[in-house]
Amino acid sequence: MVRTYTLLAWTWLRAGAQYPLSMALLTIGTFVVSALDLIAIWIIFEHTGTLGGFTLPEVMFLYGTAMVSFSLADLLFGNVDKLSAHVRAGTFDSMLIRPVSPFVQMAVDRFAVQRLGKLVQAVVVLVIALPQLDVPSSRVWMVPVMVFCGTVIFTAVFTLGGALQFLLTDAPEVANAFTYGGSALTQYPLSVYGTDLVRGVTFVLPLAFVNWQPGLFVLGHEDPFGLPYWLRFAAPLAALLLGAISALAWRAGLRRYRSTGS
Amino acid sequence: MIEVHQAGRSFTISRRTGLLRRERRVVHAVRDLSFTVEAGEFVGYLGPNGAGKSTTIKMLTGILAPTSGHIQVAGLDPTKHRTALARRIGVVFGQRTTLWWDLPLRDSFELIRHLYKVDRVKHRERLDQLTEVLGLGEFMRTPVRQLSLGQRMRGDITAALLHDPAVLVLDEPTIGLDVVSKAAMRGFLRDLNAEQGTTVLLTTHDLGDIERLCRRVMVIDHGRLTFDGTVDALRATAPEESSIEDVVTRLYTAAEK
Amino acid sequence: MYGFRRHSTYRAAAIAGAFTNTVFGILRAYILIALWEARPGLAGYDVADAITFCFLSQAFIGPMQVFGGGLGLAERVRTGDAAVDLVRPASLQFWSMADDLGRALYLFLMRSIPPTLIGAALFGIVVPAGPLTWLLFAASVVAGVLVSFGVRYLVALSACWILDDRGIQSLSLVLCLFFSGMVVPLNIMPGWLGTVANALPWAAMVQVPADVYLGKTDVAHALGFQLGWAAVLIALGALATRAARRKVVIQGG
Repeated sequence: MVRTYTLLAWTWLRAGAQYPLSMALLTIGTFVVSALDLIAIWIIFEHTGTLGGFTLPEVMFLYGTAMVSFSLADLLFGNVDKLSAHVRAGTFDSMLIRPVSPFVQMAVDRFAVQRLGKLVQAVVVLVIALPQLDVPSSRVWMVPVMVFCGTVIFTAVFTLGGALQFLLTDAPEVANAFTYGGSALTQYPLSVYGTDLVRGVTFVLPLAFVNWQPGLFVLGHEDPFGLPYWLRFAAPLAALLLGAISALAWRAGLRRYRSTGS
Repeated sequence: MIEVHQAGRSFTISRRTGLLRRERRVVHAVRDLSFTVEAGEFVGYLGPNGAGKSTTIKMLTGILAPTSGHIQVAGLDPTKHRTALARRIGVVFGQRTTLWWDLPLRDSFELIRHLYKVDRVKHRERLDQLTEVLGLGEFMRTPVRQLSLGQRMRGDITAALLHDPAVLVLDEPTIGLDVVSKAAMRGFLRDLNAEQGTTVLLTTHDLGDIERLCRRVMVIDHGRLTFDGTVDALRATAPEESSIEDVVTRLYTAAEK
Repeated sequence: MYGFRRHSTYRAAAIAGAFTNTVFGILRAYILIALWEARPGLAGYDVADAITFCFLSQAFIGPMQVFGGGLGLAERVRTGDAAVDLVRPASLQFWSMADDLGRALYLFLMRSIPPTLIGAALFGIVVPAGPLTWLLFAASVVAGVLVSFGVRYLVALSACWILDDRGIQSLSLVLCLFFSGMVVPLNIMPGWLGTVANALPWAAMVQVPADVYLGKTDVAHALGFQLGWAAVLIALGALATRAARRKVVIQGG
């Protein structure tokens, strides 16, 4: 599976490398578009010292971890949310006649190096934010754990978005509300949002475990919503559960697949 | 090689009839379809637009699950063992390519070798052979999107045969081809069937394909088989001296009544 | 009217878009609330104004086509079909504009009203005092659509000269998102950045119509600013059309 993925990704990279200038411009473009979110944070902190009880380096830390996870998931699997376009064009049928999982084929289709622009941007933010926070070594181990679990959670969200498109072939934009909406949500400390929304992203669609709950542990911050302390270590559990649910949803969607035409 | 036993596929279509009211309707694209194709046969599959040809092909290849009945292709249930089946059958859609749009043919074929896990030496041998027979040499390095329809179709056929499938399923393989390409394609398919013993099932609207290639013809209409027999038997259903076009037209319109 | 009917075939996509706009509106509203709670009265807005701005900016995404595209023309330029359009006697620019206004009207009904109503139900938004403000707001939205069309028409035509127009598209997207007021309201941008942002045409697409709605701006000045940019961009579009036609006639497409 990994071998097939790597092989297909490499082939797409070579195909893209035929237009090096275009590829470079697109990478820079992705870098700048994702930097806009960061500029928004910077402008907000021009007017205030704290947002929702968090300082600029703390918000940058939350932003950086969430965006590293999101851009890794997007780079590796984000393309599964293009499912409806493939269904309508009939190219999904072509994937089904190959002896390789259609999920892998979807994920890697048009594997594009320009999505690295977003990842680089996120890593830079994290590298700037971390030294300013003086995180003790007894807590810093959580950072790679949360980035990994966050990547799994976002991958699961992309997969759910793809699975949803087996049903809503005409309205793929609905998936964006969850994928890109999830990305927008986790860029800020959840303390700015309403209690109901936070309960929803903790217990229903567990985006709070991408960076918020483990981030509270790393930053040594009180939970403004007073949820149990052990939730800070529950990211692997949330990732596992959501991953399993999304895999089931994808399978169910594939079984219901109706192809195009008659 | 192909066994279809009382297979059916229905779709639920929901249509908006008022502001809030929806009307649900069940459409049977294929109903109660049964036939058997033996190894080495060359079978034509005919039917007017929307008769259920593509649905049948999609069920045989595992793209669509039948809603009733059983199907076995090359000894496998297409829905349950889709990926295993993919290694034993070749599929060509005339209307669209299964090749990678932005990649040169050569790269597509190399990918297929890996995806189907074909031995390197065997792959080379087969590719050389197909390249020669189908004359792919001159456009091997051209991205698929820049190929002419005839070139693309030759590329698609090669892609479908590289892993030496026991069954080849073709959905309108000669659609849009010029006279010369069409003749070349037919010659190739006939030789493939005669020399390698590959079982071929092909759908078409081109009755020339049927006359020149198939020993056996099946006709589907409104999701049911209306004819299954030899080309001669098909002719015998109409008065003598009728062209095959007339015979088929009679058959199609008879089903309307 | 043709544009309206053509676009109404994409109803499912429009509903999905409205849903996404609503979700983003809610998320961004919370962030602006947090900022305005920390800094009441920032930039002359109170919290209710900021929330209103947030949902209006989401509502403008559809009609102003903030994320670019929306013109069938771009695809026709890429495929070369636009060469036929250019040599037709009917004005390509005028026809595209009429089509785009129809698209904007359709998306205003489908994608702008639902998020605004949901925002109003969840957070409460400011409602203009009198019918005059509503009327001026409508005029400002139309002017904003014209500016948006002007920019997108130029971007689409650029493909006549640049082979791979994806670079231009993404540059245009960045400028539009940032300088329209989509990312943050332009009036909280600090110093010279704010001054520049308020003078650029993209401001006419989100910030200015929102301020007209909120009654935070001198209406004559606001409409003058929008129509001025619309006139400049459409004039540039006309020049570009003429250049493109000459290119087609000489090179045969």
